[in-house]
Amino acid sequence: MGILSKLFTAVRGGAREAGEAVVDMNAIRIFEQEIVDARNALDKAKRSLTEVMANEMQTKRKISALNESIAEHEGYAAQALEKGNEPLALEIAEKIAEFENEKEEQEAILGNFTASVAQLKSQIKEAEKTIKENQRQLSIVKTTDSVQKATMAVNTTLSNNSSSMSSAKASLERIKKRQQDQADQLKAAQELHDESSGVNLKSKMEEAGIGGSKSSGSDVLARLKSKQ
Amino acid sequence: MDLRELSIKLADHEVEGVGFESFLIDSDEQEVLQVVVEGNDELPVFVTRTDEQILCISFLFNKTEVKDGAAAEVNEKMLELNVPVPLSAFSIIADKYAIFGALSVDSSFDDIAHELVTLSDNAIDALEAFEPFLQ
Repeated sequence: MGILSKLFTAVRGGAREAGEAVVDMNAIRIFEQEIVDARNALDKAKRSLTEVMANEMQTKRKISALNESIAEHEGYAAQALEKGNEPLALEIAEKIAEFENEKEEQEAILGNFTASVAQLKSQIKEAEKTIKENQRQLSIVKTTDSVQKATMAVNTTLSNNSSSMSSAKASLERIKKRQQDQADQLKAAQELHDESSGVNLKSKMEEAGIGGSKSSGSDVLARLKSKQ
Repeated sequence: MDLRELSIKLADHEVEGVGFESFLIDSDEQEVLQVVVEGNDELPVFVTRTDEQILCISFLFNKTEVKDGAAAEVNEKMLELNVPVPLSAFSIIADKYAIFGALSVDSSFDDIAHELVTLSDNAIDALEAFEPFLQ
């Protein structure tokens, strides 16, 4: 069962007393310890991986050195044969055989190392996935716990502060009223400003046709006509 | 950001034209900072921290305030609004409907302040939107 389903069950599991934790703190501690252990195991696996990879590289170098020696000695053997020195050629051939045997051994070792590297890598990947998943689940559980505790703390404050306990509707009324008050204040301030800067009087006078210097098209036309 | 540090910074900052008032709620178990965004005393935002998140929660109304038989509609409306409402999401915490936002613990002061202002505005809008369903 996923952690979320478990939480659903825990929350649904009957009326909880205030202060009774949804989340078993002991279980959280055990879970956290498991993550720490998994991390340590992961670190160890990573260290082994670097060791094995170093060994793998060494072995590869040994094999390529052997390959070089073999090629080199094959050349020597050919030269010995050319010179008709069969016993020396045989001696060289025996040396080549030695190299080849050692190469075979080293290749077997390399095979083991390569397999270990692949295995360790997949183990590490698996462990990392598990740790990440466990941490995600732990985070869900701990957040649930934190929110519950925070809510308890908030409830204590709210019940100490009766004004915050009023209904949502009443709160909304107050918010709206304050917003309206602010709008009214702004409007009043604007009016006051207009008043003091004479904008209001001017517009009133204009309305009454007093002191208006604005000329309209018909005024101009009348003036032009009178000049004809 | 530590909640004490946040409280101090909120006290002398104005963000997006509004100021903040905040105080820490005494609790042995879980630190909670109560934040009032200027002009919204009614819907304080409660800020708390977990290992990974900073949670900002504002409680909207009690389950018992919902008109009889309207709960299903309220729930559905909230689910529908969950995505469109900027930055905030709806939830039920214990017996209360709430609106909340979650931030990374690495968030800057400006991020948190912006969240608080947005959440406070969203809370008012939400309360207004759900008023017809309340007793």
